[in-house]
Amino acid sequence: MAVTHDDVRHVAELARLAVDDDRLDHLVSELNGILVHMDALAQVDTKEVEHAVFAPVDSTPVRADSGSPLKMLNPLSSFAPSVKDGFILVHRLASHEDSADRAP
Amino acid sequence: MSSDRYEMVVGLEVHVQLKTKSKAFCGCSADFGAAPNANTCPTCLALPGALPVLNEKAVELASRAALALGCKLNRVSVFARKNYFYPDLPKGYQISQFDQPLATNGSLKIETPEGEKAIGITRVHMEEDAGKSLHDRYPGETAIDLNRSGVPLIEIVSEPDMRSSDEAGSYLRTLRQILHYLRVSDVSMEEGSLRVDANVSARPVGQKELGTKTEVKNMNSFSGVEKALDFEFARQCAILDRGEKVSQQTLLWDAGKGEARVSRTKEGSHDYRYFPEPDLLPLVLDPSWINEITASIPELPADRKKRMAEEYKLGPEEIDQLTVTPSLADYFENTARDSGDPKASANWVMGEVLATVNASGSSVDSLKVRPADLAQLIKLVRDGLVSHAAGKKIFSLMLESGKPAAQVAHDAALLQVGDETALAGWIDEVIAEHPEEAKRYMAGEKKLQGVLVGFVMKKSGGKADPKRVNQLLMSRAGGG
Amino acid sequence: MTPADFTSLSAVALSARVGSGEIAPADAVQASFDRAATAGAGRESLNMILWSDHELAIRDAHSLAEGMAAAGRGGLLAGVPIAVKDNIATLGLPTTCASKILAGYVSPYEATAIVRLREQGAIVVAKTNMDEFAMGSSTENSAYGPARNPHDIRRVTGGSSGGSAAAVAAGVVPLALGSETGGSVRQPAAFCGIVGVKPTYGRVSRHGLVAFASSLDQIGPMARNVEDVALAMEIMSGLDAFDSTSSSREVGGYRDQFMSLATSPAPLEGMTIGVPEEFFPENLDDSIRRLCERSIDALKSLGAKVIDVKLPHTSLAIPVYYIIAPAEASSNLARFDGVRYGFRTDMAASLRELYSITRSEGFGPEVTRRILLGTYVLSAGYYDAYYKKAQAVRALITRDFGSVFGDGVDALFTPTTPTTAFPIGGITDPYEMYLSDIFTVTANLAGVPAMSLPIGRAAGLPVGGQIIAPHFGEAAMFRVAYALESALGTEAHQ
Repeated sequence: MAVTHDDVRHVAELARLAVDDDRLDHLVSELNGILVHMDALAQVDTKEVEHAVFAPVDSTPVRADSGSPLKMLNPLSSFAPSVKDGFILVHRLASHEDSADRAP
Repeated sequence: MSSDRYEMVVGLEVHVQLKTKSKAFCGCSADFGAAPNANTCPTCLALPGALPVLNEKAVELASRAALALGCKLNRVSVFARKNYFYPDLPKGYQISQFDQPLATNGSLKIETPEGEKAIGITRVHMEEDAGKSLHDRYPGETAIDLNRSGVPLIEIVSEPDMRSSDEAGSYLRTLRQILHYLRVSDVSMEEGSLRVDANVSARPVGQKELGTKTEVKNMNSFSGVEKALDFEFARQCAILDRGEKVSQQTLLWDAGKGEARVSRTKEGSHDYRYFPEPDLLPLVLDPSWINEITASIPELPADRKKRMAEEYKLGPEEIDQLTVTPSLADYFENTARDSGDPKASANWVMGEVLATVNASGSSVDSLKVRPADLAQLIKLVRDGLVSHAAGKKIFSLMLESGKPAAQVAHDAALLQVGDETALAGWIDEVIAEHPEEAKRYMAGEKKLQGVLVGFVMKKSGGKADPKRVNQLLMSRAGGG
Repeated sequence: MTPADFTSLSAVALSARVGSGEIAPADAVQASFDRAATAGAGRESLNMILWSDHELAIRDAHSLAEGMAAAGRGGLLAGVPIAVKDNIATLGLPTTCASKILAGYVSPYEATAIVRLREQGAIVVAKTNMDEFAMGSSTENSAYGPARNPHDIRRVTGGSSGGSAAAVAAGVVPLALGSETGGSVRQPAAFCGIVGVKPTYGRVSRHGLVAFASSLDQIGPMARNVEDVALAMEIMSGLDAFDSTSSSREVGGYRDQFMSLATSPAPLEGMTIGVPEEFFPENLDDSIRRLCERSIDALKSLGAKVIDVKLPHTSLAIPVYYIIAPAEASSNLARFDGVRYGFRTDMAASLRELYSITRSEGFGPEVTRRILLGTYVLSAGYYDAYYKKAQAVRALITRDFGSVFGDGVDALFTPTTPTTAFPIGGITDPYEMYLSDIFTVTANLAGVPAMSLPIGRAAGLPVGGQIIAPHFGEAAMFRVAYALESALGTEAHQ
């Protein structure tokens, strides 16, 4: 499997990374240079362990509903780039329809 | 329009906020109404290095809901990360469940005009809520409030088993009532503790395969869901009639305009890259714990209705009204038990009690008149100690003071007066003040009796026992 | 003893003298700052320290002194200055992961490991340089430039915990914290001639460690001797309510166990040590091989039975690691979006640009590369072939260790790295760089504890030997390490 320019563009879009065209060629060859070594895995017979991968021993620990949160020594406003009336501000979404970008 | 040649196929995804004190993965308060971002900590702000720890109560409530919906609770379920960017999703992923959900394979019985119908429940899984984005608060900017970020949810996914918007509505109302009875959620669509997305498709009547479905979002009431489904079904039918194909897409319901618009989000732009959440181990449920939760499930609406109809000899409409919420049903049952008069209790609960609750918008649980108090009032009326009219007045005074019925009746001098001397005195006064009417009545003009009783009642301030006044007037007129 | 000599003391020795009142905490802290200045620890020379605050450290020392006076005693690390890798949350000093995207960020809470060390009297004097977000094996991938090896400033420190390794090697602190995902404590420890530990996964809380690959990450101590790292492990280890993956297993009294054997002529009597052939490939550097053989002879003379063992899936560890770690990283680093903290571009015209410009400007090339790689292997159509397959092979690698340790082997001995510290700028191909983790990543994938300790020098540069133990087998690991360290004596640095 070789990574194409479109693959890298798509993945960069998913990862919200701006990749300019000069860098794209370079990244395609780098990623292919790395992924070629991963092909060795395809040759390994893993049937035996495939179902054992997530075989659980212990359950994830649970906490009581009453607990108090970890305290913060400095408030959100001390480190957030833009805060107003307690809200964090970002650029307005291009349109309200972008809210469909949110998963259900 | 040719929608009668097509059949509607609907599946629903319902998100329900669980009623816990703290969030799903951190100790922050899950309450509404705090100042923006007041209920946040390193974990739900996704500060570098902060980790999730699962809330026990969320697991319990989710499991209770899944079991009540007839699901198989899986002994092992796995949390997974659903990766996407949105400014109110602090981690850049939502902790959810994917290929190993909490519970699978349930069903829910709904009422349809054709009788009872079972709707399959595909799965119930746990996840966390995102924060809130306010787009209209500041010009050019979106304001983020993360108080809701990390609040526990369950997602209940149905099979595509519904065939009309009415069935979808019935499913939602039945589901909401069950969740209400389980006390796992406030289940308020207005407050966002219950949210619905619908998958809808149309197919020619008689065809087996499903048509291409679209997803409709952004409905904020059950009737909105029904309207959106009808709108979208009609749109798909028109497309099919033109010989075109329905394309798989997401639509947003606009309740104001009564129409659904195709979202501009590119299909396929969502690739959530699910993988098992490495910060949590799988959730492993102990079989004895599952038994405990199963045993803790209260009587559900369908069973309760059946039992109450038999026990109190009430009609289906009365039962439906009295069982709308578990609190109201409890209130009624306690009143009926204490008063020994189910019929009168039903009338009072459906009348004064519901009117009060609806007017105040608060729960029957916070009503000052408790079932025992109402039962006492019902007994006073039944025993003729207060008139029905006075009873209503006493009820409203009890609402204000919270005092027992008998005391309120006494303090407000609303106990009926059946004492002959007092009654005779008022009758004498009325005869003296209205000699003309009295004379004609005595002379045999019987229809004036009602007028004279009215004068006596008015003079007594409503306290005179009208039955006795009638009797006394008749005996003065010479026994008839 | 003059203040200048304080920095030659081990953590154990220094805390004993502070506890007895012989050395004031503020003097120990001052000595550390003086040493940093003479060693050239700052940005302009060795570049091992990114953030420090002299005034704050002295203030901490004074309040420690007051607390000790009130309590009548000091903790196990009373007055010990420690350096902390910049991806571990600390109060008072920035936590930036050596990344532009966290420029200026000061955590409002502290990592559990730091809280526990402070409870015992440790004083945080510095946040150390590292590969950005711990992604690298040389500390060259830092937004603040490469750290330099105190043994040869033209060479790398190793990485990603290079700054911590160098700070210990240069005598600035007796104890430092690094973090491991694929060898990031052991490899720089080997390159800088010190001791470094990768605990069993779940032994030390990850709460407050900025996540790179959550299923692999562990905080680990670095020091000049085995006793100091064992002490730090005793303090930091154990269940933490803030980390669901931390273990409730009891923490052993590691030091008591190996100290009780200190006078024994054969302290490793009854132990079987396995030597996995896959870690001694034909092309292994000759001098590293010879130093390993010298150590193996020493282990035998200490009473251990040494046998050859096989870990047949070792060659697959790098491909597996470079699928799983970037996959988890691509998700873990999604939170660095310019919305709630850290760097936010002012070039954005829309929310979409706020994300993409902030992230492209904020992350360096290696981090970008790994996010893209990780996003790719998780994306629709590739998940099964890459991520799922890698997890299955990871299970095989884990099983390799299980069968060896199940067969009565108590610990393994291997070289830590295939080479000594390489020149700065010497490796430019990403995959070639990844291969420098070839002997260390298997322990992370299997979750077993491992450590590196100095076993000699090749061409004047330090060489590390690695000891790997079964899950929660830290006691056995330290027993072997302590005995070997004592047996090698000054040869460990020759």
